[in-house]
Amino acid sequence: MNVHDYEKLWIGLSMVLIVLFIGSITYGSVVAGVVMIDDAADPVDPDALGDHPDFGDPGVTQTGEDTYEVHVVAFHPGFNPDVIEVPANSTVTFHVTSMDVIHSFSIVGTNANSMVIPGEVSSMTVELGAPNRYGIVCNEYCGEFHHLMEGELVVVPEDEFELEADE
Amino acid sequence: MSTYVEQFPAEARLVRSAMYTAFVALGLGAAFGLLQVLHRTNVLRVIDSTDYYTILTLHGVLLVLTFTIFFLVAIFTWAITTSLDRPLPDHRFSWTWYGLMTGGTVLAAIPIVGGLIDQIDMSAAVLFTFYAPLQAHWLFYVGLALFVVGTWLAGVDWIRTYLAWRREHPDERIPLPTFMVLTTMGFWYLSSVGVALSVLVFLLPWSLGIFEHVNALLTRTMFWYFGHAVVYFWLMPTYLLWYLLLPKVAGGKLFSDPLARIVFVLFLLLSTPTGIHHQYLDPGIAEGFKYVAMTNTMFLLLPSLLTAFTVVASIEHGARQRGGTGRLRWLGALPWRDPVFTGMALAGVMFAAAGFSGIVNAGLNVNYLVHNTFWVVGHFHLTVGTAVALTFMAASYWFLPQVTGKPLWGRPLALGQVLLWFLGMTFMSNAMHRGGLAGIPRRTAEPQYNFSFEPAIGSVAELDAQVVLGGTLLFLSTVLFLTVVLGTLRGGVDPTRIPANTYAAALSEAEDGPRILDNLRLWVLIAVVLVILAYAFPIAAIVDRSGWLGPGGSPYPQVVWVVEYLVVALALR
Repeated sequence: MNVHDYEKLWIGLSMVLIVLFIGSITYGSVVAGVVMIDDAADPVDPDALGDHPDFGDPGVTQTGEDTYEVHVVAFHPGFNPDVIEVPANSTVTFHVTSMDVIHSFSIVGTNANSMVIPGEVSSMTVELGAPNRYGIVCNEYCGEFHHLMEGELVVVPEDEFELEADE
Repeated sequence: MSTYVEQFPAEARLVRSAMYTAFVALGLGAAFGLLQVLHRTNVLRVIDSTDYYTILTLHGVLLVLTFTIFFLVAIFTWAITTSLDRPLPDHRFSWTWYGLMTGGTVLAAIPIVGGLIDQIDMSAAVLFTFYAPLQAHWLFYVGLALFVVGTWLAGVDWIRTYLAWRREHPDERIPLPTFMVLTTMGFWYLSSVGVALSVLVFLLPWSLGIFEHVNALLTRTMFWYFGHAVVYFWLMPTYLLWYLLLPKVAGGKLFSDPLARIVFVLFLLLSTPTGIHHQYLDPGIAEGFKYVAMTNTMFLLLPSLLTAFTVVASIEHGARQRGGTGRLRWLGALPWRDPVFTGMALAGVMFAAAGFSGIVNAGLNVNYLVHNTFWVVGHFHLTVGTAVALTFMAASYWFLPQVTGKPLWGRPLALGQVLLWFLGMTFMSNAMHRGGLAGIPRRTAEPQYNFSFEPAIGSVAELDAQVVLGGTLLFLSTVLFLTVVLGTLRGGVDPTRIPANTYAAALSEAEDGPRILDNLRLWVLIAVVLVILAYAFPIAAIVDRSGWLGPGGSPYPQVVWVVEYLVVALALR
């Protein structure tokens, strides 16, 4: 087959570029440790979230000295809880599911961003630094009031943080 | 040497009808686009925010399904009949598929529009992606199915024409335009089976109340099995025009026929086993499957990079034939006053930019930053919204005279139109990309929350202003386009003033490539194997987790949700 020399060079450089792209993504996964949302959590029944040990009473729980878990239920058009308060300099794992349609749980201005699918649980762990306030939005269209769906993540100074008492 | 309408009067009628349908969809879609731009930015809100999603559904469906695919069947019918130099075998059959596609579009549109009218108890505000458990009226799914079946029969029509030609020419190489049509249809059949099964087996029975619920992750995965391949279904007629028409109007020849074939074979192989890259952030799918989709997607860069080389080399050849010299000075020798050339060349430039933003989307973990943000909207307005749409509009200035016998009216206006599109899209898409980096979501009526978005450079007000300016220019450009079309149609027939119906010859011809390139059975077989490798395990895993019909969940919309909303709204006050 008759391939022009410039074209051979171009194909070679294209393959190098593609391998570099794949390499940089692989570096992000393997070395930098960016974990993908995956199938680690067991499926849940979206019609019976009220009976679920965690999603029945969503909110913040402490799991270690500086580690916390937050369970969130997304519904059209809101999040439960809609305001999440966690201490600064902590490691927080969010577990989010939906009781109706497909939503997202996206902390604005960060790369904490996940689809939320009924029947499945999205788990993501983030490192939080200094006190700050972040908006949370649903960025997957979920119905006619989609634009009203928002929440807030409040990172408070460690000494001001209090777990809400479970009655 | 004569025009298409003189060579194939019956086919020209079919091609005309398909193009007019596409243009009606384009005009309506653009008007809805302008409504959205003004609404989102809170410049002018003439509809309720709850109706915004119905308008968005119309904008998406009319532009990415109706406009693009009707134009595709027009181009492909032209490509098959011109390159094989024979008519379609049975015109009743051809009008049947055209009728199915048109009827399907109308049926799907009825419940969507019904959502705007209170007296009609129908709705389908489910957007182009119609993810369950969002539910549309069953008529929407029926219309969609008929439309897809129409495209399948169109493919049968082209394949029959090819087989009839093959019987008379057993040893010849497949003409390049026909080769492009056949490879494209190969992956279209392969991928649209996914959405057809999802609609017929799950969504339609569910919308009729036969199933109580469906598996949201499964139907979503089946949508994206089709949903990424469909973007190549829009892009392949664009590539066909870049390979066959662009070198011609630039005054030269296609650089390499065999490499064009390799590009189309690569798209046949890789278009479908990449769909999971739309689901990087989906729970319930293992990271390994996502990684496989990422590598397949990155290799899809190869055919596009090859195309960039071939198209630029072909244009340069044209410029040198026209007397162009120097390393870059040949660019000045190109026919920049010709809207057909300039429109397609600018579309190609924007597609290169789209390639870069696409790499970010394709980058598995990098995608966290931009997934479902305004960035994505900026990306696909460069791809389908410019590479495809602007190429189609520019090519129309060549095709309309061919299929009507009427010379183009308002050539300077046409040149202004393609330039205006480029300018408008420059404003709109750069602001959308930047807005996405600041976290502004896509697909929302009111991206105004209790908190504010903070772009790295500039402000939200500045981004909004660019989106409004760009969107308005794009709408004006569409109006200009339709004006040129109508002006041309009002003119008289004069074939002597129209160039002959031909396409670019190749510098390196088909015979330079190995014959195996034309072995379509082999390539389709490999494509099927790749699809099975990419999808068998993810689908099995999803079904194994939650069953074919899912763990539960009720259809939406329902009255109960409105009640719930009121409760929530009161609680938030």
